[in-house]
Amino acid sequence: MSKNAKQKEDLNFEESLKRLEEIVETLEAGNAPLEESIRLYEEGMMLAKSCVTRLDEAKLKLKKIQKNAGGALEETDIEN
Amino acid sequence: MQEESRTLFDPTAGSPLEEKVLKVKDLTRLAREVLEKSFPSVLVEGEVSNFKRHMPSGHLYFTLKDDEAQIRVVMWRSDAARVRFDVSDGMKIIVKGRISLYEPRGDFQLYAVSLIPAGQGALQLAFEQLKKKLEEEGLFAEEHKKPIPEFPSRIGVVTSIEGAAVRDIISIISRRFPAVELVIYPVKVQGDGAAEEIANAVRDFNRLRKVDVLIVGRGGGSLEDLWAFNEEIVARSIYDSKIPVISAVGHQVDFTISDFVADVRAATPSAAAELVVPDRLDISESIQSAARSITRAVVQNLDRLRLEVDRLSHHYALRQPLLLADQKSQLVDELTRRLESESQHSLELKRQRFSALELHLNALNPKAVLRRGYSFVEGPRGIVGSVRNINVGETATVHLHDGVLDSQITGKHEQER
Repeated sequence: MSKNAKQKEDLNFEESLKRLEEIVETLEAGNAPLEESIRLYEEGMMLAKSCVTRLDEAKLKLKKIQKNAGGALEETDIEN
Repeated sequence: MQEESRTLFDPTAGSPLEEKVLKVKDLTRLAREVLEKSFPSVLVEGEVSNFKRHMPSGHLYFTLKDDEAQIRVVMWRSDAARVRFDVSDGMKIIVKGRISLYEPRGDFQLYAVSLIPAGQGALQLAFEQLKKKLEEEGLFAEEHKKPIPEFPSRIGVVTSIEGAAVRDIISIISRRFPAVELVIYPVKVQGDGAAEEIANAVRDFNRLRKVDVLIVGRGGGSLEDLWAFNEEIVARSIYDSKIPVISAVGHQVDFTISDFVADVRAATPSAAAELVVPDRLDISESIQSAARSITRAVVQNLDRLRLEVDRLSHHYALRQPLLLADQKSQLVDELTRRLESESQHSLELKRQRFSALELHLNALNPKAVLRRGYSFVEGPRGIVGSVRNINVGETATVHLHDGVLDSQITGKHEQER
């Protein structure tokens, strides 16, 4: 369970959406055992909520690449 | 020296040249000086022949001719470097330069400072030439083009930090899909060294390998302003990029070499921003729709279970669970109605409903159902959804909310349909 939760934390936006689609397909096929359906349902709702939250709360991150004095490339945050 | 030569030549000075015996070098020098004074700058049109670029000096040598005459032309490397198109035999050009004489050989020559293709602009010609060359080399081939990722999480932008292009890109991405990181690599986009800076930035992004897609471009301007994006060095850096590149140069009507070689051409920087990320409203909508599908599927599964429970409870005369089944049936109906009316509401309403939906679903959670007195039976072949799924004499596990009962089937009665 905690391993599962950890995995979900690590999913990026695209992976979360893919996983959500898989869950929809599995549940719509209707042959998952009861316990599995409940688990999938919970996982799916959690993913959906986290994706919507991510979209709602996201603020664009802006960075700039520059060469420093030594000629190496450096990334710095810039204000939007 | 200067005085003397002028005196020698000047017919009014009363010093006739023919009375003096000159050395060859004196005569050629005098002739050179006359030519240089008389033709300090001329424009002459003709056809190129015997064209040679001398290496390693880089000077150009060719003959400019028409039907009646010809003249040797020399162009020093420093001037030749500013010629944007490739000169070749047979080409009609206008040469701007000065006339002089090459004393060691006594050759009368035109020293070119600039070349203009006759008939069309130099930039236009250079564009056509490079386009043809790179096309033949396969730099524009469809099969080389990489797909643009659907959900990039880091987007690299190679453009000027001051231009309108970067502001447009930032504002459109902020609005459409802010769940990304925008990494701007400021470069010069016009003038000397711009092409090199752009090409280096594309290469640097490829070395860093931290972005999923690149936007390379600038806002509108004259053909001259956009020229860096027609340079071979930029085209090759885009072709070599392992990161997919969207070119976004100028306005709708401007096509550059970068556009042809890029994986995708966006008509403008704003269009590139629209293209590189999806619209969050669309994505939100499809997430809500997925949530509805999941809910509907689970409701249907539960419904099926409910029917089975009904059938069993009827047989065993368990009146109480039947009552619960009716209540649940109502809840399912209401939920379905709510789900179906979703589409007419605004997104904000949908979000609220989304939470309400979760509450409903929790109420439908089968565990909660078990707590209300339902049970389900697991036989040797999985969940027993029908009396046909289990035989008399077989063992079965009855699942209740707080545990299981081991049981054996002592008889069965199928309900008439």
